[in-house]
Amino acid sequence: MAERVLMKGNEAIAEAAIRAGCRHYFGYPITPQTEIAAYMAKKMPKIGGVFLQAESEIASINMVYGAAATGMRVMTSSSSPGISLKAEGLSYIAGSDVPALVVNVQRGGPGLGGIQPSQSDYFQATKGGGHGDYRMIVLAPASVQEMASLTIKGFNLADKYLMTSMILADGTIGQMMEPISFEDAEIEVYEKPWALTGTNCERKHNVVNSLYLKPDELEIKNLERYKRYELVEQNEAMWEEYMMEDAEYCVVAFGIASRVAKNAVAAARKEGIKVGLIRPITLWPFPVKPLAAAADKVKAFISVELNMGQMIEDVRLATQCKKPVSLCSRCGGMIPSPDEVLEAIRKAQKGAF
Amino acid sequence: MAEFKKPKSLADVPLHYCPGCPHGIIHRLVAEVMDELGIEGKAIGVAPVGCAVMAYDYFTCDMIEAAHGRAPAVATGIKRCRPDNIVFTYQGDGDLASIGMAETVHSAARNENITVIFVNNAIYGMTGGQMAPTSLPGQVTQTSPYGRDVKHCGWPIKVCEMLSTLEGPEYITRVAVNNVKNVNNAKKAIKKAFQNQIDGKGFSLVEVVSACPTNWGMTPQKALEWVESDMLPYYPIGVYKDRTAAKEAE
Repeated sequence: MAERVLMKGNEAIAEAAIRAGCRHYFGYPITPQTEIAAYMAKKMPKIGGVFLQAESEIASINMVYGAAATGMRVMTSSSSPGISLKAEGLSYIAGSDVPALVVNVQRGGPGLGGIQPSQSDYFQATKGGGHGDYRMIVLAPASVQEMASLTIKGFNLADKYLMTSMILADGTIGQMMEPISFEDAEIEVYEKPWALTGTNCERKHNVVNSLYLKPDELEIKNLERYKRYELVEQNEAMWEEYMMEDAEYCVVAFGIASRVAKNAVAAARKEGIKVGLIRPITLWPFPVKPLAAAADKVKAFISVELNMGQMIEDVRLATQCKKPVSLCSRCGGMIPSPDEVLEAIRKAQKGAF
Repeated sequence: MAEFKKPKSLADVPLHYCPGCPHGIIHRLVAEVMDELGIEGKAIGVAPVGCAVMAYDYFTCDMIEAAHGRAPAVATGIKRCRPDNIVFTYQGDGDLASIGMAETVHSAARNENITVIFVNNAIYGMTGGQMAPTSLPGQVTQTSPYGRDVKHCGWPIKVCEMLSTLEGPEYITRVAVNNVKNVNNAKKAIKKAFQNQIDGKGFSLVEVVSACPTNWGMTPQKALEWVESDMLPYYPIGVYKDRTAAKEAE
């Protein structure tokens, strides 16, 4: 039996990152993700790594950019308002095709918002945030175990596709404790001939750059990048299906909302409602396949989110609006109760949207 | 007599700078210093956003292009990953003293073991001549068409004076490239700023008072005269901080 340890979600991310070979962490304090920085501050100096508290989120993401360009595994973490500040760096990292891991333990917004859990950065994470055409691999853990395993996966994917992997978590999973295991962690190693190491006067200089003043060159760069993104879409979508075999209704939820939704699905089943759950684990690439398949089977979808309805747009796109999609959501740091989700399932069954 | 050659550290490509722009001189000084110290193979340069944005094409060492003002943060990330490499930034006044002021001050405060070449020509050149954080009182620019009014938009920032109040940095100095003597002294300062990094002494910044004939609306000759008559009285040449020299003097 694998060794299991009891950890907070945020600490699990930090420990997993270290196990994934990350020896450089740059960050700026913000609630509710501070345990990641605290863990790194304690551990890194003891294992020959670097924890550095930057003067701002902007500085920290640019430190990440520089570090990533040297070929090292590097990360930063923050929460919603801090991610807005990092958006500039995220765009440069994307435009320069270097790999990085960025964690967003979301809190309610907009503005300073609150410090309670939220999923209202879905658009920011999956549709952009920074300027320009770019994507990030967005991983949405729903347990402390996944905080760890998706962090390791995130580093692997970032190196494989030369892009940012974002862990899109929320304050609840960040703060809660569950037993987890690290034993299945697979660390992939990729060659990085583009890295800044110094030429040693033996090769032509490497340039890490996102500036292309000639429009045809910039277009080619973007097209190449999107070829890579296509591969990510083809190969890397992840999701979990729960009670979908005979489902007539389909709840779609990720992260902490999926935990609540699962309870509601189980309760609805007891009432005889044939309902299942599709839980996207990657938000980009969005798991279009299972949703498109479900759209031919089920009568309706219910999107459960901690925001005003963001993922619901992707659910409608994936299902090509073949079936009605209703929204069950709370926001501002509030979490729907299983009963609220159950009620939304009952409503969907009655055809009341 | 020594043969005049292009430094190895400078690529054999035409520079995009305007006629009479001292960036070419300053690039050459940095490249000569890298050659003389034998660090070309170890160096990693960080280019700014501004006129020197394409410096990554001009230096033959590994290079990275930073976002506007973020070069010291990018350099920090590189240096912390590769402490044995020689990491330098090359930044203008808008980049370093306006949008990137926080990154400048904090990398100095941390005594980050990097070398910063700060080119102060008192104007935003790349965008066509707007008021810079270092534009002089009364200076006419595109965005101060009636002259910089300090009551309206404040006073120019003296970067060396300000940074030298910090405990952190090792070496803060201001030089100029408006005549041969000053160019020679500028090279000495740049060499020391790189040598400091090699010796692990920490943050070394060389402010190079430069000229922008194009956006100042002057001939190159007149612009160099204006450096002497107007820039240098406000931005005096000198060593503002040298921790090692200060210790030795004690």
